[in-house]
Amino acid sequence: MPIKNKSVIFDRENLNKENPKEFLYKALKMSPSDLILEVRESGLKGRGGAGFPTGTKWMLASAAVSDKKFVVCNADEGEPGTFKDRVLLDEFSDLVFYGMIMCGYAIRANKGFVYLRGEYRYLLDKLLKYLDKMHEENLLGKNILNSGFDFDIEIRLGSGAYVCGEESALIESLEGHRGESRNRPPFPVNTGYMGHPTVVNNVETFATVPIIISRGAEWFTTVGTLNSKGTKLISVSGDCKEPGVYEVPFGISINDILKLVKAENTKAVQVGGASGHCVPKEQFDRALSFEDLSTGGSIMIFNESRDMLHILKNFMEFFVEESCGQCTPCRIGNIKLLEGVEKVEAGDCALSYIKELIELGKSMQLASKCGLGQSSPNPFISIMTNFENEIFSQR
Amino acid sequence: MENNKETNRAPISQKPLVIEKGDKDAIGGLVEIEINGKPFKVPLGTTILDACRQQNIHIPTLCHHEDLCIAGVCRICVVEVEGMRVLPTSCSFPITNRLKIKTSSENVRKARRHILDLLLSEHYGECYSCHRNNNCELQKLAKEYGVDSYRFGHVTQRRHEIDRSSYSVIRDMDKCILCKRCVRTCIDLQEVGVLEATHRGDATTISTFMDKPLADVVCINCGQCINRCPTAALKANDPSDDIWRAIDDPKKHVVIQTAPSPRAAIGEEFGLPAGTSMTKQLNTALKMIGFDKVFDTNFTADLTIMEEGTELLLRLKKALVEKDDSVKLPQFTSCSPGWIKYIEHFYPDYLDYLSSCKSPQQMFGAVIKTYYAQLNNINPEDIVTVALMPCSAKKFECNRPEMNDSGYKDVDYGLTTREMAQMIKEAGLYLPGLPESEFDNPFDESSSGLIFGATGGVMESALRTAYELVTGRQVPFSNLEILPCRGFSGVRQASVKLENVKPEWSFLEGVDLNFMIAHGTANAKKVMEALKRGELSNIHFVEIMACPGGCIGGGGQPIPTSKEIRAKRAEAIYKEAAGLTIKKSFENPAIAKIYAEFLTDGPCGHLSHKLLHTHYAKRGKYIP
Repeated sequence: MPIKNKSVIFDRENLNKENPKEFLYKALKMSPSDLILEVRESGLKGRGGAGFPTGTKWMLASAAVSDKKFVVCNADEGEPGTFKDRVLLDEFSDLVFYGMIMCGYAIRANKGFVYLRGEYRYLLDKLLKYLDKMHEENLLGKNILNSGFDFDIEIRLGSGAYVCGEESALIESLEGHRGESRNRPPFPVNTGYMGHPTVVNNVETFATVPIIISRGAEWFTTVGTLNSKGTKLISVSGDCKEPGVYEVPFGISINDILKLVKAENTKAVQVGGASGHCVPKEQFDRALSFEDLSTGGSIMIFNESRDMLHILKNFMEFFVEESCGQCTPCRIGNIKLLEGVEKVEAGDCALSYIKELIELGKSMQLASKCGLGQSSPNPFISIMTNFENEIFSQR
Repeated sequence: MENNKETNRAPISQKPLVIEKGDKDAIGGLVEIEINGKPFKVPLGTTILDACRQQNIHIPTLCHHEDLCIAGVCRICVVEVEGMRVLPTSCSFPITNRLKIKTSSENVRKARRHILDLLLSEHYGECYSCHRNNNCELQKLAKEYGVDSYRFGHVTQRRHEIDRSSYSVIRDMDKCILCKRCVRTCIDLQEVGVLEATHRGDATTISTFMDKPLADVVCINCGQCINRCPTAALKANDPSDDIWRAIDDPKKHVVIQTAPSPRAAIGEEFGLPAGTSMTKQLNTALKMIGFDKVFDTNFTADLTIMEEGTELLLRLKKALVEKDDSVKLPQFTSCSPGWIKYIEHFYPDYLDYLSSCKSPQQMFGAVIKTYYAQLNNINPEDIVTVALMPCSAKKFECNRPEMNDSGYKDVDYGLTTREMAQMIKEAGLYLPGLPESEFDNPFDESSSGLIFGATGGVMESALRTAYELVTGRQVPFSNLEILPCRGFSGVRQASVKLENVKPEWSFLEGVDLNFMIAHGTANAKKVMEALKRGELSNIHFVEIMACPGGCIGGGGQPIPTSKEIRAKRAEAIYKEAAGLTIKKSFENPAIAKIYAEFLTDGPCGHLSHKLLHTHYAKRGKYIP
């Protein structure tokens, strides 16, 4: 499944002209600190959705003192409605792996893991073959391209837990433990895999780095908004004629996305997957960016025929099941929010109780242990707030 | 061997940030922070919770326990840190820079109340029908935060069956709040690993292997999980109804033996500070409740020393004189039933290293239903023996099928300190206000058995007796207090040189008697692994207690527990022992008497082997 529109970064034809191997060659000729500086100056932020500046993360891991460091590629693409990493792993795995090697070089790590979503097992053979090929071409292993730098990549499969997309739960899972998030601090850049400094980045983040190295940080900053540089892959699904993966510049409005994917009669757009925000029609001029609407890639479109309460119920059922179950606000809070939805559905819920649940949701956002529980109330709060009239007038 | 390293099964990130000693004095070793607008300095790496406690600012906690690694899962201890988007948990947050902390802002109060409301919405049961009523951390917080309604509902139907399979520990998952203290106790503190969280989301539960009944898994019955459970999800198997029935039955002669540790702790159940000895008030209470005789387990502790000490000397003789390779050394103590079950499950090939002596509890049972019955002309069938123990594993022990050497069940019931306190309260007695009274004859003299309650006590008692038997002189320590045996470090090792020995022990001349002491099964594991590696070839005797701190920290002791509380209980025991006139087991006249009158072929003789010694089961880790 190719990227549907004309891409600035992930355009295979263009890339082949530039020869991606040269990117790696160029990176390994730079000093690690220059490499980090270049990534910092590009303003690249984490493509998983949280938007932590990648260069800063690398710098912190680089500064951490340890005999071993690790690079982890978060390919546990589990957010409902997200499927852009699948395209990258399938068609741009060279960029992903090069990005990991560059990170390893920058922070002086010699080992990288790809934590591959269990459901993407079908990609495993292809990826392993590609890693073998890289070994043959001396792009991996000992003394890569005669740079004196050793790096190897291992692929580990997840087992289907949504929470393992959260970086510290992912690390726990990598270590062979139950997938549960860790307390922060300490952060993975200091205490990550097996207690060693570890950089965990999204597939798209790693895949973008080689382009930045090749074309320069300055080029990268020409695309996007003030605080959101470059382009973003989005996976669009729902009520539109052309669902699929698109590469769009940061700052694009919801309206423009809807035009791009030929959506009509749109009532609401869920930006950022189940844990994202539901944007009503009146706000379609809002922009996709870390400043406004942040997303790891998921854009779900709902037209006028859809029942918002039903959509919300679907999301909340997902969270009740996918909470790792360790912390109170997330484990029980999501149950209470779902019960609230079911009460409304049964016509048996006072508006005041929903208001109380919204307050509970706010506490969950503040007090949950990890991003899962901190963001799971988002759809409840945004849908109950933005569609209060629709939801309560029907019942 | 790393003696005092903390256990290592907790994920690295869940451990408190430890700042090496050298760093503490370095520039920047102290960090200036602000709590609720008030500035002060704390050492780098102090958690926000500890910093607040140092300032007498109360932060509620549920999953936090000072004996355990950090979890940060209940979230009740959240605080506000300036500049942070979310509320971090104070228990897990190490202070490494200048933080401005608020401990009771609107967001904090709201979040805590929400968390409490959520926990209560899933917590089954009513407080007045709960054995942790008035000693429940959840209940206490509900009061603290003024909970007056179930905002998000309340469970009214049972969802889990109570697991009553174990003789020792009962699990009621309907009361569980998933704080995982039991999991961390079992995996990290004790390194047994019976309990773990399974499933996820709303289905998350604490489970045994394949959700088997507790009796069918490798649980060692130590009950440390009970002591750390904030609610009533875990409790000991309480036999007090049966004991009342026996007391009420005029045909039954009900005898109770009391171990050293309960008397040093039971006061806590009556609101006294930890470390208040209640020995003589307890004797009175037991008599008033209706026990026919109140005996001191110290008598059989002394008997254990005679038997176990003799056994050790015999082993040494076989090894050193007869060069018998089949003799297993070091000899391990066998008083702690948690430790016994641990070694049976985890090191079944090493059972020959254990002393064959029964524990003092079981020795007493066998003595009461034989010697005592004969002396007093009572039909052993009519005797009911109760053992007041600090221990939950003792309940399992007395039900072991081989513990019937008197011809009857040697000990009928094991009763914990907590359950005894409950019985005393039910009888309408206020223990601290009772007059003092002595133990009953013929087992009324107490000696070094008393210090069995603290880790190292068995070793200290054994050394006092063995040294003097061999050399004819007292151990060369002031007031006979062998200080290397005392203290709380996880694994301790020391030695005593045997010189100028009596002629019959000439093979021990000049021998350094090397001994080791470990408490908590995590430390026992270290010792056993060292044994497996062949590193203990110069050690002669090892004392192991399953519970941290020894029996004073047993799974039947008052809740809560902490290092400080355990230290105070041990202090009470040592203080009481210091005042005793008889400090050596073999000098206890009751001991001399029983060997003269009953066990006439002496320690490790035929009759004592029948009544006072036992064998062990190779259990392994296979779970059917």
